[in-house]
Amino acid sequence: MEMKEIIRGNMATALAAKMARVEVVPAFPITPSTLFPEKISEYIANGELDAEMILVESEHSAMSAAVGASAAGARVATATASQGLALMHEILFIASSMRLPIVMAIGNRALSGPINIWADHSDTMAERDSGWMQFYAENNQEAFDLMLMAFRIAEDRRVLLPAMIGLDAFTLTHTMEPVDYPSQEEVDDFLPPYNPPYTLDVKRPMTFGSFATPDSYMEFKWAQTVAIENSYKVIDEVFEEYKKRFGREYKRVSGFMTEDADVVIVSMGSASGTLRDAVRRMRKEGMKVGAVKITTFRPFPFKEIKELTKNAKIIAVAERAISPGFGGPVAGEIATAFINEKERPLISDFIIGLGGRDITQKDFKYIAETALKEAESGEVSPWVKWVNINPEEVPPGGE
Amino acid sequence: MVKIYLGAVNPHPGSALEYKTGSWRTMKPVVNEDKCIGCWFCYMYCPDSAIRMEKVTVKKEVRGEVKEIVKEVARIDYDYCKGCGICAAECPVKAIEMVYEEK
Repeated sequence: MEMKEIIRGNMATALAAKMARVEVVPAFPITPSTLFPEKISEYIANGELDAEMILVESEHSAMSAAVGASAAGARVATATASQGLALMHEILFIASSMRLPIVMAIGNRALSGPINIWADHSDTMAERDSGWMQFYAENNQEAFDLMLMAFRIAEDRRVLLPAMIGLDAFTLTHTMEPVDYPSQEEVDDFLPPYNPPYTLDVKRPMTFGSFATPDSYMEFKWAQTVAIENSYKVIDEVFEEYKKRFGREYKRVSGFMTEDADVVIVSMGSASGTLRDAVRRMRKEGMKVGAVKITTFRPFPFKEIKELTKNAKIIAVAERAISPGFGGPVAGEIATAFINEKERPLISDFIIGLGGRDITQKDFKYIAETALKEAESGEVSPWVKWVNINPEEVPPGGE
Repeated sequence: MVKIYLGAVNPHPGSALEYKTGSWRTMKPVVNEDKCIGCWFCYMYCPDSAIRMEKVTVKKEVRGEVKEIVKEVARIDYDYCKGCGICAAECPVKAIEMVYEEK
Protein backbone atom coordinates (compact mmCIF):
# COMPACT_ATOMS: atom_id res chain seq x y z
CA MET A 1 0.00 0.00 0.00
CA GLU A 2 1.50 3.31 -1.10
CA MET A 3 1.06 6.44 0.93
CA LYS A 4 1.97 9.96 -0.03
CA GLU A 5 3.03 12.93 2.04
CA ILE A 6 4.34 16.35 1.19
CA ILE A 7 7.50 16.62 3.24
CA ARG A 8 10.97 18.16 3.42
CA GLY A 9 14.11 16.17 2.55
CA ASN A 10 15.12 15.89 6.21
CA MET A 11 11.66 14.57 7.03
CA ALA A 12 12.00 11.99 4.25
CA THR A 13 15.25 10.64 5.69
CA ALA A 14 13.83 10.71 9.24
CA LEU A 15 10.74 8.85 8.01
CA ALA A 16 12.94 6.24 6.33
CA ALA A 17 14.94 5.82 9.56
CA LYS A 18 11.71 5.44 11.56
CA MET A 19 10.31 2.89 9.12
CA ALA A 20 13.64 1.05 9.26
CA ARG A 21 12.99 0.80 13.02
CA VAL A 22 16.31 2.36 14.02
CA GLU A 23 17.20 1.56 17.62
CA VAL A 24 19.74 4.27 18.43
CA VAL A 25 20.06 7.80 17.05
CA PRO A 26 23.00 9.78 18.46
CA ALA A 27 22.76 13.28 17.02
CA PHE A 28 23.99 16.83 17.30
CA PRO A 29 22.01 19.52 15.50
CA ILE A 30 23.54 21.44 12.61
CA THR A 31 22.04 23.45 9.78
CA PRO A 32 20.71 22.21 7.38
CA SER A 33 20.24 18.75 8.96
CA THR A 34 18.63 19.75 12.28
CA LEU A 35 15.15 18.69 11.27
CA PHE A 36 16.30 15.05 11.19
CA PRO A 37 16.98 14.76 14.96
CA GLU A 38 13.90 16.94 15.59
CA LYS A 39 11.66 14.51 13.72
CA ILE A 40 13.28 11.47 15.36
CA SER A 41 12.72 12.91 18.86
CA GLU A 42 9.15 13.71 17.89
CA TYR A 43 8.59 10.11 16.73
CA ILE A 44 10.01 8.81 20.01
CA ALA A 45 7.91 11.25 22.08
CA ASN A 46 4.76 10.26 20.16
CA GLY A 47 5.44 6.59 20.74
CA GLU A 48 5.79 6.01 17.00
CA LEU A 49 9.39 4.88 17.33
CA ASP A 50 11.00 2.75 20.04
CA ALA A 51 14.54 4.07 19.95
CA GLU A 52 17.20 5.59 22.14
CA MET A 53 18.12 9.14 21.21
CA ILE A 54 21.53 10.15 22.54
CA LEU A 55 21.98 13.90 22.86
CA VAL A 56 25.70 14.45 22.63
CA GLU A 57 27.98 17.46 22.96
CA SER A 58 29.47 17.38 19.47
CA GLU A 59 29.41 15.52 16.17
CA HIS A 60 32.65 13.79 17.14
CA SER A 61 30.72 12.33 20.08
CA ALA A 62 27.66 11.62 17.92
CA MET A 63 29.69 9.41 15.60
CA SER A 64 31.53 7.85 18.55
CA ALA A 65 28.20 6.95 20.18
CA ALA A 66 27.01 5.60 16.83
CA VAL A 67 30.07 3.34 16.71
CA GLY A 68 29.41 2.06 20.22
CA ALA A 69 25.72 1.47 19.62
CA SER A 70 26.32 -0.27 16.30
CA ALA A 71 29.00 -2.48 17.88
CA ALA A 72 26.41 -3.41 20.51
CA GLY A 73 24.23 -4.66 17.67
CA ALA A 74 21.76 -1.79 17.29
CA ARG A 75 20.54 -0.37 14.01
CA VAL A 76 21.92 3.17 14.06
CA ALA A 77 21.16 6.27 12.03
CA THR A 78 22.21 9.88 12.40
CA ALA A 79 22.44 13.06 10.36
CA THR A 80 24.88 15.91 10.01
CA ALA A 81 26.35 18.38 7.54
CA SER A 82 29.43 20.37 6.64
CA GLN A 83 31.43 21.29 9.78
CA GLY A 84 29.69 18.53 11.70
CA LEU A 85 30.79 15.92 9.18
CA ALA A 86 34.29 17.38 9.25
CA LEU A 87 34.33 17.05 13.05
CA MET A 88 33.34 13.38 12.70
CA HIS A 89 36.23 12.80 10.30
CA GLU A 90 38.47 10.49 12.36
CA ILE A 91 35.54 8.43 13.67
CA LEU A 92 34.22 7.89 10.13
CA PHE A 93 37.33 5.83 9.36
CA ILE A 94 36.92 3.90 12.61
CA ALA A 95 33.27 3.09 11.81
CA SER A 96 34.13 1.75 8.37
CA SER A 97 37.18 -0.20 9.50
CA MET A 98 35.15 -1.75 12.35
CA ARG A 99 32.65 -2.72 9.62
CA LEU A 100 29.68 -1.09 11.32
CA PRO A 101 26.66 -0.47 9.05
CA ILE A 102 25.73 2.99 10.33
CA VAL A 103 23.50 5.03 8.00
CA MET A 104 23.84 8.81 7.96
CA ALA A 105 21.93 11.53 6.12
CA ILE A 106 24.08 14.48 5.10
CA GLY A 107 22.64 17.89 4.27
CA ASN A 108 25.34 18.66 1.71
CA ARG A 109 26.60 22.11 2.71
CA ALA A 110 29.70 24.14 1.91
CA LEU A 111 32.62 23.83 4.30
CA SER A 112 33.91 26.97 6.00
CA GLY A 113 35.45 29.33 5.20
CA PRO A 114 34.06 31.76 4.57
CA ILE A 115 31.29 30.33 6.69
CA ASN A 116 28.32 29.45 4.52
CA ILE A 117 25.31 27.24 5.15
CA TRP A 118 24.17 26.58 1.56
CA ALA A 119 24.50 23.66 -0.81
CA ASP A 120 27.62 22.19 -2.31
CA HIS A 121 29.40 18.85 -2.08
CA SER A 122 32.66 19.92 -0.42
CA ASP A 123 31.73 18.24 2.90
CA THR A 124 31.12 14.72 1.57
CA MET A 125 33.85 14.99 -1.08
CA ALA A 126 36.31 15.54 1.77
CA GLU A 127 35.17 12.17 3.20
CA ARG A 128 35.33 10.14 0.02
CA ASP A 129 38.34 8.17 1.30
CA SER A 130 36.70 7.37 4.65
CA GLY A 131 35.50 3.93 3.56
CA TRP A 132 31.80 4.89 3.65
CA MET A 133 29.50 4.22 0.74
CA GLN A 134 28.18 7.47 -0.70
CA PHE A 135 24.81 8.05 -2.34
CA TYR A 136 23.51 11.39 -3.65
CA ALA A 137 19.77 12.08 -3.85
CA GLU A 138 18.25 14.16 -6.63
CA ASN A 139 14.94 14.81 -4.84
CA ASN A 140 13.13 13.97 -1.61
CA GLN A 141 11.72 10.74 -3.01
CA GLU A 142 15.25 9.57 -3.73
CA ALA A 143 16.33 10.72 -0.26
CA PHE A 144 13.66 8.48 1.32
CA ASP A 145 14.32 5.49 -0.94
CA LEU A 146 18.12 5.67 -0.76
CA MET A 147 18.05 6.06 3.03
CA LEU A 148 15.85 2.97 3.39
CA MET A 149 17.85 0.91 0.91
CA ALA A 150 21.12 1.98 2.56
CA PHE A 151 20.30 -0.08 5.67
CA ARG A 152 19.81 -3.23 3.55
CA ILE A 153 22.99 -2.63 1.59
CA ALA A 154 25.13 -1.64 4.58
CA GLU A 155 23.97 -4.58 6.73
CA ASP A 156 24.49 -7.19 4.01
CA ARG A 157 27.06 -9.72 5.25
CA ARG A 158 29.02 -9.32 2.00
CA VAL A 159 29.39 -5.59 2.71
CA LEU A 160 29.06 -4.55 6.39
CA LEU A 161 30.09 -0.94 5.80
CA PRO A 162 28.52 2.39 6.74
CA ALA A 163 26.71 4.54 4.19
CA MET A 164 25.98 8.25 3.81
CA ILE A 165 23.13 9.76 1.82
CA GLY A 166 23.74 13.26 0.49
CA LEU A 167 20.86 15.72 0.19
CA ASP A 168 21.68 19.18 -1.13
CA ALA A 169 21.25 21.81 1.59
CA PHE A 170 17.90 23.64 1.45
CA THR A 171 17.25 22.62 -2.18
CA LEU A 172 16.31 19.24 -0.74
CA THR A 173 16.65 19.37 3.05
CA HIS A 174 14.09 22.18 3.45
CA THR A 175 11.97 21.97 0.31
CA MET A 176 8.51 20.40 0.51
CA GLU A 177 7.96 17.71 -2.12
CA PRO A 178 5.52 14.84 -2.46
CA VAL A 179 7.08 11.57 -1.28
CA ASP A 180 5.55 8.14 -1.77
CA TYR A 181 6.28 5.61 0.91
CA PRO A 182 5.30 2.00 1.54
CA SER A 183 3.44 0.65 4.57
CA GLN A 184 5.32 -0.42 7.70
CA GLU A 185 4.53 -4.10 6.95
CA GLU A 186 6.08 -3.80 3.50
CA VAL A 187 9.18 -2.13 4.92
CA ASP A 188 9.51 -4.80 7.63
CA ASP A 189 9.32 -7.44 4.93
CA PHE A 190 11.99 -5.68 2.85
CA LEU A 191 14.29 -4.92 5.77
CA PRO A 192 14.66 -7.64 8.42
CA PRO A 193 16.21 -6.72 11.81
CA TYR A 194 19.97 -6.17 11.81
CA ASN A 195 21.80 -9.40 12.53
CA PRO A 196 25.40 -8.51 13.38
CA PRO A 197 28.19 -11.09 13.25
CA TYR A 198 29.65 -9.90 16.60
CA THR A 199 28.13 -7.79 19.35
CA LEU A 200 29.37 -6.11 22.50
CA ASP A 201 27.91 -8.22 25.28
CA VAL A 202 28.95 -8.41 28.93
CA LYS A 203 27.99 -12.09 29.00
CA ARG A 204 30.44 -12.87 26.21
CA PRO A 205 33.28 -10.33 26.34
CA MET A 206 35.17 -9.49 23.15
CA THR A 207 37.63 -6.85 22.03
CA PHE A 208 36.31 -4.41 19.41
CA GLY A 209 38.43 -2.13 17.29
CA SER A 210 41.60 -3.79 18.45
CA PHE A 211 45.13 -2.83 17.64
CA ALA A 212 46.71 -4.10 14.42
CA THR A 213 50.46 -4.21 13.98
CA PRO A 214 52.29 -3.97 10.63
CA ASP A 215 51.85 -7.72 10.20
CA SER A 216 48.04 -7.50 9.96
CA TYR A 217 46.96 -3.86 9.22
CA MET A 218 47.22 -4.31 5.46
CA GLU A 219 45.05 -7.44 5.55
CA PHE A 220 42.31 -5.50 7.37
CA LYS A 221 42.44 -2.70 4.79
CA TRP A 222 42.41 -5.27 1.99
CA ALA A 223 39.31 -6.95 3.48
CA GLN A 224 37.59 -3.56 3.74
CA THR A 225 38.38 -2.82 0.09
CA VAL A 226 37.02 -6.20 -1.00
CA ALA A 227 33.84 -5.43 0.98
CA ILE A 228 33.18 -2.12 -0.78
CA GLU A 229 33.89 -3.79 -4.12
CA ASN A 230 31.33 -6.48 -3.19
CA SER A 231 28.85 -3.66 -2.63
CA TYR A 232 28.57 -2.99 -6.40
CA LYS A 233 26.70 -6.26 -6.74
CA VAL A 234 24.75 -5.87 -3.50
CA ILE A 235 23.61 -2.34 -4.42
CA ASP A 236 22.42 -3.57 -7.82
CA GLU A 237 20.55 -6.47 -6.17
CA VAL A 238 18.88 -4.21 -3.61
CA PHE A 239 17.96 -1.59 -6.26
CA GLU A 240 16.43 -4.39 -8.36
CA GLU A 241 14.46 -5.81 -5.42
CA TYR A 242 13.27 -2.32 -4.45
CA LYS A 243 11.99 -1.79 -7.97
CA LYS A 244 10.10 -5.09 -7.86
CA ARG A 245 8.59 -4.34 -4.48
CA PHE A 246 7.89 -0.64 -4.69
CA GLY A 247 8.07 0.19 -8.41
CA ARG A 248 10.76 2.85 -8.27
CA GLU A 249 13.87 2.23 -10.31
CA TYR A 250 17.37 3.17 -9.17
CA LYS A 251 20.71 2.90 -10.89
CA ARG A 252 24.14 3.66 -9.56
CA VAL A 253 24.57 5.91 -12.59
CA SER A 254 21.79 6.90 -14.95
CA GLY A 255 22.06 8.30 -18.45
CA PHE A 256 19.66 10.59 -20.27
CA MET A 257 19.87 10.99 -24.08
CA THR A 258 23.48 9.83 -24.04
CA GLU A 259 23.39 7.40 -27.01
CA ASP A 260 24.12 9.93 -29.75
CA ALA A 261 25.35 12.84 -27.61
CA ASP A 262 28.54 14.67 -28.57
CA VAL A 263 28.79 16.20 -25.14
CA VAL A 264 27.68 14.40 -21.97
CA ILE A 265 27.27 16.55 -18.88
CA VAL A 266 27.78 14.76 -15.56
CA SER A 267 26.09 15.91 -12.36
CA MET A 268 25.27 14.70 -8.86
CA GLY A 269 22.44 15.65 -6.52
CA SER A 270 19.65 18.14 -6.98
CA ALA A 271 21.12 19.86 -10.06
CA SER A 272 20.46 16.67 -12.05
CA GLY A 273 16.79 17.52 -12.66
CA THR A 274 17.69 21.00 -13.90
CA LEU A 275 20.30 19.38 -16.13
CA ARG A 276 17.78 17.03 -17.77
CA ASP A 277 15.45 19.96 -18.46
CA ALA A 278 18.35 21.88 -19.94
CA VAL A 279 19.26 18.88 -22.11
CA ARG A 280 15.66 18.65 -23.41
CA ARG A 281 15.72 22.33 -24.31
CA MET A 282 19.14 22.13 -25.97
CA ARG A 283 18.02 19.07 -27.97
CA LYS A 284 15.14 21.15 -29.34
CA GLU A 285 17.73 23.66 -30.46
CA GLY A 286 19.60 20.88 -32.23
CA MET A 287 22.49 20.47 -29.81
CA LYS A 288 23.59 16.86 -29.30
CA VAL A 289 23.75 16.89 -25.54
CA GLY A 290 23.21 14.13 -22.98
CA ALA A 291 23.20 13.91 -19.21
CA VAL A 292 24.64 11.46 -16.70
CA LYS A 293 23.64 11.45 -13.04
CA ILE A 294 25.88 9.76 -10.48
CA THR A 295 23.80 8.36 -7.60
CA THR A 296 26.46 6.10 -6.10
CA PHE A 297 29.78 7.88 -5.84
CA ARG A 298 31.36 5.27 -3.53
CA PRO A 299 31.89 2.62 -4.72
CA PHE A 300 32.80 4.58 -7.85
CA PRO A 301 30.92 3.37 -10.96
CA PHE A 302 33.90 3.10 -13.38
CA LYS A 303 32.28 0.61 -15.77
CA GLU A 304 28.89 2.30 -16.02
CA ILE A 305 30.33 5.78 -16.60
CA LYS A 306 32.44 4.47 -19.46
CA GLU A 307 29.46 2.61 -20.90
CA LEU A 308 27.24 5.71 -20.85
CA THR A 309 29.82 8.07 -22.34
CA LYS A 310 31.52 5.84 -24.88
CA ASN A 311 30.02 7.63 -27.90
CA ALA A 312 30.64 11.14 -26.61
CA LYS A 313 33.33 13.44 -27.94
CA ILE A 314 33.67 15.16 -24.61
CA ILE A 315 32.51 14.67 -21.02
CA ALA A 316 31.75 17.88 -19.17
CA VAL A 317 31.67 17.40 -15.41
CA ALA A 318 29.54 19.93 -13.53
CA GLU A 319 30.59 19.64 -9.93
CA ARG A 320 29.93 21.35 -6.66
CA ALA A 321 33.31 20.89 -5.01
CA ILE A 322 36.86 22.01 -5.60
CA SER A 323 40.16 20.50 -4.51
CA PRO A 324 42.40 23.56 -4.63
CA GLY A 325 45.58 22.85 -6.51
CA PHE A 326 43.97 19.94 -8.34
CA GLY A 327 40.49 20.68 -9.74
CA GLY A 328 37.15 19.01 -9.28
CA PRO A 329 37.31 15.62 -7.53
CA VAL A 330 34.55 14.06 -9.67
CA ALA A 331 36.27 14.98 -12.95
CA GLY A 332 39.50 13.58 -11.56
CA GLU A 333 37.82 10.26 -10.81
CA ILE A 334 36.08 10.10 -14.20
CA ALA A 335 39.47 10.71 -15.84
CA THR A 336 40.78 7.77 -13.80
CA ALA A 337 37.99 5.57 -15.19
CA PHE A 338 39.39 6.13 -18.70
CA ILE A 339 43.08 6.07 -17.86
CA ASN A 340 43.86 2.72 -19.52
CA GLU A 341 41.47 3.10 -22.49
CA LYS A 342 42.96 3.74 -25.93
CA GLU A 343 39.77 5.37 -27.23
CA ARG A 344 38.40 7.92 -24.86
CA PRO A 345 36.43 11.15 -24.85
CA LEU A 346 38.01 14.41 -23.78
CA ILE A 347 37.21 15.36 -20.19
CA SER A 348 36.47 18.90 -19.16
CA ASP A 349 35.83 20.14 -15.65
CA PHE A 350 33.36 22.83 -14.59
CA ILE A 351 33.07 24.12 -11.04
CA ILE A 352 29.51 25.24 -10.40
CA GLY A 353 27.15 26.14 -7.58
CA LEU A 354 29.62 26.40 -4.71
CA GLY A 355 28.20 27.66 -1.42
CA GLY A 356 24.64 27.47 -2.74
CA ARG A 357 25.01 29.61 -5.87
CA ASP A 358 22.03 28.79 -8.09
CA ILE A 359 22.57 26.34 -10.94
CA THR A 360 20.40 27.27 -13.91
CA GLN A 361 19.64 25.85 -17.33
CA LYS A 362 21.64 28.77 -18.74
CA ASP A 363 24.70 27.52 -16.86
CA PHE A 364 24.32 24.07 -18.38
CA LYS A 365 24.01 25.63 -21.84
CA TYR A 366 27.23 27.54 -21.24
CA ILE A 367 28.88 24.27 -20.16
CA ALA A 368 27.63 22.42 -23.24
CA GLU A 369 28.72 25.18 -25.64
CA THR A 370 32.14 25.54 -24.02
CA ALA A 371 32.68 21.76 -24.06
CA LEU A 372 31.58 21.47 -27.72
CA LYS A 373 34.09 24.18 -28.66
CA GLU A 374 36.77 22.27 -26.78
CA ALA A 375 35.78 19.07 -28.57
CA GLU A 376 36.05 20.83 -31.96
CA SER A 377 39.46 22.28 -31.24
CA GLY A 378 40.59 19.10 -29.49
CA GLU A 379 42.06 21.16 -26.69
CA VAL A 380 40.70 21.39 -23.15
CA SER A 381 42.39 24.41 -21.65
CA PRO A 382 42.22 25.31 -18.87
CA TRP A 383 41.12 21.95 -17.57
CA VAL A 384 39.06 23.53 -14.78
CA LYS A 385 36.58 26.32 -15.57
CA TRP A 386 34.52 28.23 -13.03
CA VAL A 387 30.92 28.72 -14.11
CA ASN A 388 28.94 31.86 -13.44
CA ILE A 389 31.68 33.65 -11.54
CA ASN A 390 31.74 37.43 -11.42
CA PRO A 391 35.28 38.64 -12.19
CA GLU A 392 34.52 42.06 -10.67
CA GLU A 393 33.72 40.45 -7.34
CA VAL A 394 36.91 38.40 -7.08
CA PRO A 395 38.80 39.68 -4.01
CA PRO A 396 42.50 40.60 -4.07
CA GLY A 397 44.73 37.59 -4.58
CA GLY A 398 42.44 36.11 -7.23
CA GLU A 399 43.50 38.25 -10.17
CA MET B 1 50.51 -15.10 14.02
CA VAL B 2 47.24 -14.43 15.82
CA LYS B 3 44.10 -15.22 13.78
CA ILE B 4 42.30 -12.05 12.65
CA TYR B 5 38.56 -11.48 12.51
CA LEU B 6 36.17 -9.13 10.70
CA GLY B 7 36.58 -5.47 11.65
CA ALA B 8 39.48 -6.25 14.03
CA VAL B 9 37.07 -7.87 16.49
CA ASN B 10 38.81 -10.26 18.82
CA PRO B 11 36.24 -12.72 20.17
CA HIS B 12 38.71 -14.44 22.53
CA PRO B 13 39.21 -12.48 25.78
CA GLY B 14 42.64 -12.77 27.36
CA SER B 15 44.28 -13.82 24.12
CA ALA B 16 46.80 -10.96 24.21
CA LEU B 17 49.17 -13.55 25.76
CA GLU B 18 49.31 -15.26 22.38
CA TYR B 19 50.87 -12.20 20.89
CA LYS B 20 54.60 -12.57 21.54
CA THR B 21 55.90 -9.02 21.80
CA GLY B 22 59.41 -10.38 22.36
CA SER B 23 59.82 -10.33 18.58
CA TRP B 24 60.14 -6.53 18.71
CA ARG B 25 63.49 -6.81 20.54
CA THR B 26 66.89 -5.91 19.12
CA MET B 27 68.91 -6.38 22.36
CA LYS B 28 68.19 -8.90 25.07
CA PRO B 29 69.03 -8.82 28.75
CA VAL B 30 71.15 -11.71 30.02
CA VAL B 31 71.26 -12.32 33.78
CA ASN B 32 74.45 -13.45 35.44
CA GLU B 33 72.88 -15.62 38.11
CA ASP B 34 76.12 -15.82 40.11
CA LYS B 35 76.11 -12.05 40.51
CA CYS B 36 72.32 -11.70 41.00
CA ILE B 37 71.49 -10.94 44.63
CA GLY B 38 67.73 -11.48 44.24
CA CYS B 39 66.85 -7.89 45.22
CA TRP B 40 63.72 -7.75 42.94
CA PHE B 41 64.68 -4.30 41.54
CA CYS B 42 64.53 -5.49 37.93
CA TYR B 43 61.23 -7.23 38.64
CA MET B 44 59.71 -3.99 39.92
CA TYR B 45 61.13 -1.75 37.19
CA CYS B 46 60.24 -4.01 34.24
CA PRO B 47 57.45 -2.17 32.36
CA ASP B 48 56.26 -5.40 30.74
CA SER B 49 56.15 -7.84 33.68
CA ALA B 50 58.63 -9.92 31.71
CA ILE B 51 60.80 -10.81 34.71
CA ARG B 52 60.05 -13.63 37.09
CA MET B 53 61.88 -14.27 40.34
CA GLU B 54 62.71 -17.94 40.69
CA LYS B 55 64.27 -19.97 43.50
CA VAL B 56 67.39 -21.85 42.51
CA THR B 57 69.64 -24.17 44.48
CA VAL B 58 73.30 -23.27 44.22
CA LYS B 59 76.46 -24.71 45.72
CA LYS B 60 78.31 -22.15 47.79
CA GLU B 61 81.38 -22.30 49.97
CA VAL B 62 80.52 -21.11 53.44
CA ARG B 63 83.41 -21.07 56.01
CA GLY B 64 85.37 -23.71 54.09
CA GLU B 65 82.37 -25.96 53.64
CA VAL B 66 80.44 -26.40 50.32
CA LYS B 67 76.77 -26.08 51.05
CA GLU B 68 73.66 -26.22 48.95
CA ILE B 69 71.73 -23.03 49.48
CA VAL B 70 68.48 -21.70 47.98
CA LYS B 71 68.49 -18.19 46.57
CA GLU B 72 66.24 -16.10 44.35
CA VAL B 73 67.39 -15.00 40.90
CA ALA B 74 65.82 -12.98 38.10
CA ARG B 75 64.79 -14.91 34.97
CA ILE B 76 63.67 -13.13 31.79
CA ASP B 77 60.53 -14.14 29.90
CA TYR B 78 61.86 -13.69 26.36
CA ASP B 79 58.38 -14.18 24.84
CA TYR B 80 57.40 -10.73 26.09
CA CYS B 81 60.65 -8.87 26.93
CA LYS B 82 60.93 -6.02 24.41
CA GLY B 83 64.58 -5.38 25.27
CA CYS B 84 64.18 -1.89 26.72
CA GLY B 85 67.21 -2.31 29.01
CA ILE B 86 65.66 -0.75 32.11
CA CYS B 87 66.47 -3.86 34.17
CA ALA B 88 70.15 -3.69 33.18
CA ALA B 89 70.26 0.02 33.99
CA GLU B 90 68.62 -0.42 37.40
CA CYS B 91 70.47 -3.56 38.57
CA PRO B 92 72.53 -2.46 41.62
CA VAL B 93 75.18 -5.20 41.12
CA LYS B 94 75.42 -4.98 37.30
CA ALA B 95 74.27 -8.59 36.99
CA ILE B 96 72.28 -7.92 33.80
CA GLU B 97 74.01 -7.36 30.49
CA MET B 98 72.31 -6.25 27.23
CA VAL B 99 73.51 -8.26 24.23
CA TYR B 100 72.49 -8.04 20.58
CA GLU B 101 70.00 -10.65 19.38
CA GLU B 102 71.55 -12.98 16.86
CA LYS B 103 69.15 -14.07 14.19
